[in-house]
Amino acid sequence: MIKTPAKSTAALLTAHKLACERDERRLFNDLSFNLYAGELLQLEGPNGAGKTSLMRLLAGLLPFSEGEILWQGQNIDACREYFYQSILFIGHLAGIKAELSPLENLTWFAALEGIHDETLLEQALWQVGLAGYEDHPCHQLSAGQKRRAALARLTFTQRLVWLLDEPFTALDKNAVAAIENLLIAHSQAGGAVILTSHHALEALPNLKKLSLGEEL
Amino acid sequence: MNQAKHHKAAAFCRLTPKQVNSPSLAGVFVAALKREWQLQVRRKGDLINPLVFFALVVVLFPLGVSPTAEILAPVAPGVLWVAALLAVLMSLDALFRPDLQDGSLEQLLVCGYPVAPLSLAKVLVHWVLSCLPLVLLAPLLGIMLYLPWQAQGVLMLSLLLGSLALSLVGAIGAALTTGLGKSGVLMTLVVLPFYMPVLIFGTGAMQAAVNGQPVLAHLALLAALALAALALSPWAIAAALRIAVSGE
Repeated sequence: MIKTPAKSTAALLTAHKLACERDERRLFNDLSFNLYAGELLQLEGPNGAGKTSLMRLLAGLLPFSEGEILWQGQNIDACREYFYQSILFIGHLAGIKAELSPLENLTWFAALEGIHDETLLEQALWQVGLAGYEDHPCHQLSAGQKRRAALARLTFTQRLVWLLDEPFTALDKNAVAAIENLLIAHSQAGGAVILTSHHALEALPNLKKLSLGEEL
Repeated sequence: MNQAKHHKAAAFCRLTPKQVNSPSLAGVFVAALKREWQLQVRRKGDLINPLVFFALVVVLFPLGVSPTAEILAPVAPGVLWVAALLAVLMSLDALFRPDLQDGSLEQLLVCGYPVAPLSLAKVLVHWVLSCLPLVLLAPLLGIMLYLPWQAQGVLMLSLLLGSLALSLVGAIGAALTTGLGKSGVLMTLVVLPFYMPVLIFGTGAMQAAVNGQPVLAHLALLAALALAALALSPWAIAAALRIAVSGE
């Protein structure tokens, strides 16, 4: 189902000598990595090491001072729209509207991918354990339930690379295990994931780690 | 469905959509309009506040000045327009801030579609829900200020065109100050100079109508301002939103 690039051996996403400064402080320098199809990349590092900044920088939300980011070998400035239509970014704040129900929230995210199938969205909410909460406004849900509503996107998205910033926040053990399975399924289907997490994810196949903030 | 069943069901399995049509920008724009509509009609307080403000200013003005027609009728166009302008300005302050706070703004910027038309959808829905009620309320308040009958239609028409321009230009200011926390005064200072022409042509049209002169020229200029704002401000809003998010 997921569109794999023509050259499946080439890196999907390449960071080349990235440097990021925030408020006159250099968070990282000379950072390079490749992300290939089927890989899970975990960003590690102490609090304040720049994991979230790197994530936002990859999603194009932060400017970077040096280096370049390549999407399938092409500078992302040259293929911005295509790049954004290929990634799914879920940040600390997941973009769930408190006034809307989980179903209404998902409807918008699905519409961005051209999916207008309400039964599918109901199934997605069922999959994340929100059956029966479809029509409750999200401000009535707990933090973990809101997170589940946001992550329900992962069950149906067709996007190739997922950028997940602390996806396990507020989730219970079962949900964490279930999300890990989802990440494995996505990588096995030819997708790739970059995530930040303080969870030990050793059980996941094809896991790569990138440590930030050690030289500081 | 019982509680036990929910937990058993929380399996996070991959689902396969039956049909995926690569969405057109028009389709996404319509989806954005729908979502904004659902969202903004549920913020009842935000919808009512500008109306109450508008009504209060116009109700209190005669108490503070004089309730006689000789004094109120000549100043009615100006009072109505200034009160409506400030009501629009007030309603815009929180246009983008909730989106920044819950991450919707980030999602908008990474969604893969041009930000300008999608933020335009937000401003248009806001205009329909916040400014059209002002336009509809205006004639009633006009009667309270002894506005002549022949100027009532022009009042509504000029406010209709003017409030569109005010909303679009004000949204640029709202987007620019989104990242600053509480920023009501700064936004006002940024936006107010651009409100002057709209105010001048709006009250100009009203004065002309009161004096029985042709109003078409004033209204045409207001319409031109509204159309220019419609064409140009989405790009400025999009750029301002990018700055707001990268400053987080």
